[in-house]
Amino acid sequence: MNQSQTAKSMTHGEAGLTTVFAVSALVCLFAAAKALDSAFAFHASLASAASLWALFAIVNRYQDRPAALPPQEINGRPNYNMGPIKFAAVASVFWGIAGFAVGLIIACQLAWPALNFDLAWISFGRLRPLHTSAVIFAFGGNVLIATSFYVVQKTCRARLAGDLAPWFVVLGYNFFILIAGTGYLLGVTQSKEYAEPEWYADHWLTIVWVVYLLVFLMTLVKRKEPHIFVANWFYLAFIVTIAVLHLGNNPALPVSVFGSKSYIAWGGVQDAMFQWWYGHNAVGFFLTAGFLAIMYYFIPKRAERPIYSYRLSIIHFWALIFLYIWAGPHHLHYTALPDWAQTLGMTFSIMLWMPSWGGMINGLMTLSGAWDKLRTDPVLRMLVVSVAFYGMSTFEGPLMSIKVVNSLSHYTDWTIGHVHAGALGWVGFVSFGALYCLVPWLWERKGLYSLKLVNWHFWIATIGIVLYISAMWVSGILQGLMWRAYTSLGFLEYSFIETVEAMHPFYIIRAAGGGLFLIGSLIMAYNLWMTVRVGEAEVQAPAALQPAE
Amino acid sequence: MKAILTVQNITSEFVTSFWTPIFVGIFIAIVTYALWPRNQATFDEASRMPLREE
Repeated sequence: MNQSQTAKSMTHGEAGLTTVFAVSALVCLFAAAKALDSAFAFHASLASAASLWALFAIVNRYQDRPAALPPQEINGRPNYNMGPIKFAAVASVFWGIAGFAVGLIIACQLAWPALNFDLAWISFGRLRPLHTSAVIFAFGGNVLIATSFYVVQKTCRARLAGDLAPWFVVLGYNFFILIAGTGYLLGVTQSKEYAEPEWYADHWLTIVWVVYLLVFLMTLVKRKEPHIFVANWFYLAFIVTIAVLHLGNNPALPVSVFGSKSYIAWGGVQDAMFQWWYGHNAVGFFLTAGFLAIMYYFIPKRAERPIYSYRLSIIHFWALIFLYIWAGPHHLHYTALPDWAQTLGMTFSIMLWMPSWGGMINGLMTLSGAWDKLRTDPVLRMLVVSVAFYGMSTFEGPLMSIKVVNSLSHYTDWTIGHVHAGALGWVGFVSFGALYCLVPWLWERKGLYSLKLVNWHFWIATIGIVLYISAMWVSGILQGLMWRAYTSLGFLEYSFIETVEAMHPFYIIRAAGGGLFLIGSLIMAYNLWMTVRVGEAEVQAPAALQPAE
Repeated sequence: MKAILTVQNITSEFVTSFWTPIFVGIFIAIVTYALWPRNQATFDEASRMPLREE
């Protein structure tokens, strides 16, 4: 009774946020009433409802909680904040399955166009950004938020900074995903690849992302470990760079504050350059740096071996930072972009071979002395194969950035195959491996429900990836060669539709590969669900029972 | 005010003209730090960080 005697009052965060959400519920309701298009009305209503929900959630939470906020430490051990991480982990599994399923649908639409059903909402043009955003930002983003919040706490031996802030990041980010995704289906897009969400969604993401940066930084500030572990460097680079890229690529003027349409500030080739500076560094800092952080924490942890070379990890990090940011122009070979800028992009892409392979070697060699675990531990196998795919796709990428190679590969399915070698093999597998580690840790289970099912997931998904990328290699090179084939009289040998016809069998193989990958993820979802539901609880040795010495 | 602007001009001119050697210099300094023999013990310790937490 005693501790609750101290007067309970709202923290500044609680009072401030309830006010903010109360105001935003009203403002969004007003915006919905004044909306110029139905999509904007829908999004404004959604934002109003979400604000109202957040308002009640904060007040309820305040009424239910004891007067004192959770302590930083219990019995001398850090009192880690795992709630928001659990949410992000569950969300990532959900969005992953949704994103893979939409990917399968659009793969089938490419093979059998009748599956567009002549409906605007589910046409390829709208589902394609839904697929890319769902897998990259919804699935990948939630994995990154979950693991970064976990790793930064554990390696700093400090509780996550902020009380409401971590929840704001996790829920706010997923609300952004909801707005972005429903927007695509309704036809709301600014037509920038991987940056499709319109101005209001971009503003909201900016706020969420700044809070994310602050939570991460403030946790680093209160760390008990003097050294900042390398994974945290990679996470920090990911968070900071994504903020810069997002702001650089998205300055737009809305036609009206009550409408969804906006016009981008950049024009012509500058816009194209900004877009691919953004686009390629989304690959470099979202899909690479963030997931390398996962590699540097989860592989040593799972293999129970130290990082092979910590020196190499420092050089790996800084080389990646210094080089990646210049590689974007390789997306604009043979365009209006000045030739020197194209060559610059190509040169830096080729130089990226070195840090990429240095990082891959560092990840793989971390298993030295523990190679036998690959035979017995399918989770570790998944993590290690992801690093192998990282090596493969970072070899292929620089190759494709070389101008003469690019003249064959660009605009063909080879690019799609390359992206999926990285996305399914590297990002997908390292995320699955991390989730297989994280879920038993978060829910305090002894281990996974079934390692056998992980094995099934591993093999089904691996066969899926191999089908996918080999189909796209053949299809892409075939397509590129057909486009450039001339007759002896100097005419183009093939009409466009003939190239489309030639690709049909490979599109079916690709869809089959994607289907297998989806089946694998469903097996994972079942396995993780059963781990939480029926997994054996880990027995924690109570601190009080330690023998006196 | 004028003095501040001059300093700013000189700095910005220096950075825009010499960013390549500046960046290369910073990078070499980082590599030297990473490879410095005296730092080996710290890095060996750090490479085990995921293994010794709770």
